[in-house]
Amino acid sequence: MTAREGQEELEAQFAQWRQYVGRRREMRPPDADELEDHLRGSVDELVEAGLNADEAFLVAVKRMGSLDDLSREFAREHSERLWKQLVLTASPAADARSRRDLRVMAFCAAGAALSIKAPELFGVRLDNDASASFYGPNVSLLVLPWLAGFLAWRRQARRSLIGILVALFALGAVAANAYPLADRSQSLVITSIHLPIALWLVVGLAYLADDWRSSRRRMDFIRFTGEWFIYFVLMALGGGVLTAFTTGAFKAIGIVPQDFIAQWLLPCGAAAGVVVAGWLVEAKQSVVENIAPVLTRLFTPLFTAVLLAFLVAIGWTSNGIDVERQALILFDLLLVIVLGLLLYSISARDPLAPPDLFDKLQLALVVSALAIDVLVLLAITGRITEYGTTPNKAAALGENVILLANLAWSAWLLLGLVRRRTPFATLERWQTGYLPVYAAWAWIAALVLPPLFNYA
Amino acid sequence: MKVGKDLVAASATPMVLGILAEEESYGYAILKRINELSGGELDWTEGLLYPLLHRLERLGCVESSWQSVTGERRRKYYRLTEAGLAELAEQRRQWATVMDALKGIWLGLGDRGTLTAIPLEGRA
Repeated sequence: MTAREGQEELEAQFAQWRQYVGRRREMRPPDADELEDHLRGSVDELVEAGLNADEAFLVAVKRMGSLDDLSREFAREHSERLWKQLVLTASPAADARSRRDLRVMAFCAAGAALSIKAPELFGVRLDNDASASFYGPNVSLLVLPWLAGFLAWRRQARRSLIGILVALFALGAVAANAYPLADRSQSLVITSIHLPIALWLVVGLAYLADDWRSSRRRMDFIRFTGEWFIYFVLMALGGGVLTAFTTGAFKAIGIVPQDFIAQWLLPCGAAAGVVVAGWLVEAKQSVVENIAPVLTRLFTPLFTAVLLAFLVAIGWTSNGIDVERQALILFDLLLVIVLGLLLYSISARDPLAPPDLFDKLQLALVVSALAIDVLVLLAITGRITEYGTTPNKAAALGENVILLANLAWSAWLLLGLVRRRTPFATLERWQTGYLPVYAAWAWIAALVLPPLFNYA
Repeated sequence: MKVGKDLVAASATPMVLGILAEEESYGYAILKRINELSGGELDWTEGLLYPLLHRLERLGCVESSWQSVTGERRRKYYRLTEAGLAELAEQRRQWATVMDALKGIWLGLGDRGTLTAIPLEGRA
């Protein structure tokens, strides 16, 4: 080996070493520089003593001790860094980028907060009961474009994509406002529920930007959704504390800030929170990345137990399911939860791992949910043929069919996975490929169902 | 004989401050100097030295700057501040007290002739 080759190899080893150090949160790039200088000092000395370059490198690294010990010592002195990671990143380039992100996020959050109050300029006040029929379907239209805008900016979306996003939000505005929906109509409720889902998937489009076809990216969006939800709930909890404190403190000096809280703090805080939660997920993917999967791990066995107990109870007492409207919605929600449990454990599963007990447990969960749902469907079709249908029943039934189809095929794929016939990737692709179906249904429910039922 | 971990940790601060009082220096050189001074008996690790330097910097006892001396790599040099000098003086007082007390005990023992029974290794 020539001296030059040795030198090149040494540099490659240093580069690799730096990579390892770079992964440690406790150590910043300047610390890595300092340690690298130290390491180079040791290597030089050892080379002078007669070792060749790579031997010297090995010995020097060994002398420095394990990176674990080293970073533990660093963590002890710099524990704050582990927390700062929440908002700050390491390298100067990333720093500049994250500052820019922060500014744009603040702008979008302020935009969302102002948008939610903007209708007041036209006399639609939040505390007014009559304006509930405006805010119900429109609230997602006022807030979600800001989140979509932030994501599209962050991904430097192409113009064509931005055009599509704008068109879809415009379509949503049409669905929310063009139809003559009466204040207490079922159609109004259905639009208010389905439009946010449809628009959230438009946000998904902004999230995916260029590779909306890629299954892995779609899975990322599913993860994003779960983590966004968790961040949002956490912020809502914090907001609750803030609200309670504001109320209590001002009451103590004889001012009742109820109006301020109901009119400004809550709506603006929630609207801004939507954008901030999105930014937090984007900025800090690794910090709570694993919360949603952990929750699914916890609750999958519990839900399976409850569903099985329910099935046993039905069989034991031979009581039929009393299908009132509430019951139908309840069972729809059950399917959504089961699907959520399935999705988030899929999102965290190592695609190459062999099937384990948890996969079997999931199969049991899905199959028992399916069995219950079939019972519910039988009961509901009986009722619809007897009494005719309403918008609510049509929507609930449509959802049920869509979720049932998804879960039935998932159960089949899970069975294949447990029996080692189908690879895990098939299940993942099935779930991500199904996302457009939800979007299509949500748009249908918001756009087609109301006229179909004469805006009842 | 290796000096115990606790003792190494306890003496680390005055040692680093003392070395930096001689002249400004960088990590690798400080470690070498300590090795030299103790004849290799003090087992210092990087995990002890660098966090300690950072802590002293945070407390304002030392200042650091990246410098490149001609013909050498860019290095992070540490320099003692006024506060560091004061801290060094304080540490010296405390250590002097400890050493006086120990000497008092051990010389007292020596009077009774038992000190010779304790072999002093590494002191040729």
